[in-house]
Amino acid sequence: MDIRFEEVGYTYQPGTPFQSRALHDINLTIKDSSFTAIVGHTGSGKSTVLQHLNALKKPTSGQVTIGDRVITNFSENKGLKSLRKKVGIVFQFPEAQLFEETVGKDIAFGPKNFGLSEEEGLEKARELLPLVGLDETFMERSPFDLSGGQMRRVAIAGVLALEPEVLVLDEPTAGLDPQGRKEIMDMFYTLYKEQGLTVVLVTHQMDDVATYADHMIVLEKGTVMKEGHPRELFKEAGWLSSMQLGVPSTVRFAHELEEKFEWIFDPLPLTTDELAQQMKDKLASKAGEGL
Amino acid sequence: MMEKLIFGRYIPGNSFIHRLDPRAKLMGAIWFIIIIFLANNWLTYVLLTVFVLTAVKLSEISPKFFINGVKPLIWLILFTVILQILFTSGSTIWFRFGPVVISQEGLLNGVFIFMRFVLIIFMSTILTLTTMPLSLTDAIEYLLRPLAAVKVPVHEIALMLSIALRFVPTLMDETEKIMNAQRARGIDFGEGNIYQQMKAIVPLLIPLFVSSFNRAEELATAMEARGYKGGEGRTKYRQLEWVSRDTMIMVAFGLLSAALFVLRT
Repeated sequence: MDIRFEEVGYTYQPGTPFQSRALHDINLTIKDSSFTAIVGHTGSGKSTVLQHLNALKKPTSGQVTIGDRVITNFSENKGLKSLRKKVGIVFQFPEAQLFEETVGKDIAFGPKNFGLSEEEGLEKARELLPLVGLDETFMERSPFDLSGGQMRRVAIAGVLALEPEVLVLDEPTAGLDPQGRKEIMDMFYTLYKEQGLTVVLVTHQMDDVATYADHMIVLEKGTVMKEGHPRELFKEAGWLSSMQLGVPSTVRFAHELEEKFEWIFDPLPLTTDELAQQMKDKLASKAGEGL
Repeated sequence: MMEKLIFGRYIPGNSFIHRLDPRAKLMGAIWFIIIIFLANNWLTYVLLTVFVLTAVKLSEISPKFFINGVKPLIWLILFTVILQILFTSGSTIWFRFGPVVISQEGLLNGVFIFMRFVLIIFMSTILTLTTMPLSLTDAIEYLLRPLAAVKVPVHEIALMLSIALRFVPTLMDETEKIMNAQRARGIDFGEGNIYQQMKAIVPLLIPLFVSSFNRAEELATAMEARGYKGGEGRTKYRQLEWVSRDTMIMVAFGLLSAALFVLRT
């Protein structure tokens, strides 16, 4: 399912002294079965864009096309529910959404709202727990007795339980330890690879963008500054830092090597494996030249 | 939805009213609410209306905000007005239908009650729109200070008030976030019958309570860690300063009260 923004503008509290424009005529497309990363400095409009992805906000001007639904400022609020089943959002610090007595019931809450029975929902919860790195013993526990990381996993399972076609993630790993971060991101990547899920990732972690994304959108002051493959965009480290954004550690390492030894990395290595492979090749060819 | 809750929110500005001492504004608003009960004829109500409209003008805030302040209460006001019209007995009967009797006095009373409500709302809206909540609590603390002599914990009350006010916007943000999260999980707020709507509130309220308790505990810890302790001997960063224009306002209220005493029947 494609999501398309056409000339989308959004103004908070229009017609009051607190009026503020968050988005200016944004055009972008999130392709079906892509892994798109949206990056930008704080206040660049990332969160506002995100809330347009399943019609939690309606554009003040322009239109958003989600699958075959067109959302404009004048769209009715009716029937948005089916849309929200297709586009699942994991908000920042999603553990704040937990409220049920048991973990199982909380995960089953979403499916139940979309018409599944209690048993079917619980069954789904039981299936999802191992996927997010927990086990069945958690089913009957209270979500408020869990650690922060476990709560996060339960909340993510609660969104996955909707079986969305598009999964939107707003800094899903903020505040987690490195091990937990990697586990959770790898899980999303597996869903993307194996089930063809469309993933939209809003993040500050350039390493995650480099490792997982195949499309990258740079937002600044409510406009799309650039979009393209991360490999292309990360070439312009200077421009990115002018947007108050960094480059992934692999790219930074490659740049330092380029400066020191006048090596040229082509294509730009994005993952640690790519970087290691290219360095190995380079060292091997140097050795061949007898240096 | 939250964006519409603008009523009672501070609007930054630098008008005459904005610059007044919060104590003067608070005392003025209370004084006004008391003396409005002195008015009992057209002349006194017109005088009060002129006074309030002058204050609105001086605040340099669009009258729209004041009208928005009345809107949430309009049904309560109309209900009271209708009761007044129906149950005031009078000599000049304008309309009679069975037990329903509408007299000239009743109608007049209805109009006066309506004006009384609107004027009180306008006056208190001026106070909240032009005074930062924190200044307002400073003023409350100052004015309650005499009660400390009879062991009323004035500083703690003021602290509770300012913490509560400080967290209103935070709580509203939090509410919106959680509403969004639950909406994304298929809840429709404000749709369906009353039972469904009440059920929809649970997934909103529980997370709100949980985060409020957590936040309260964190705040208490943070305050203790920085050695916070009560009012005694504590100096203030924001000093209240009473100047001649504040005295002028008090004099204006005094003159208004005197005029009401003279003109009321």
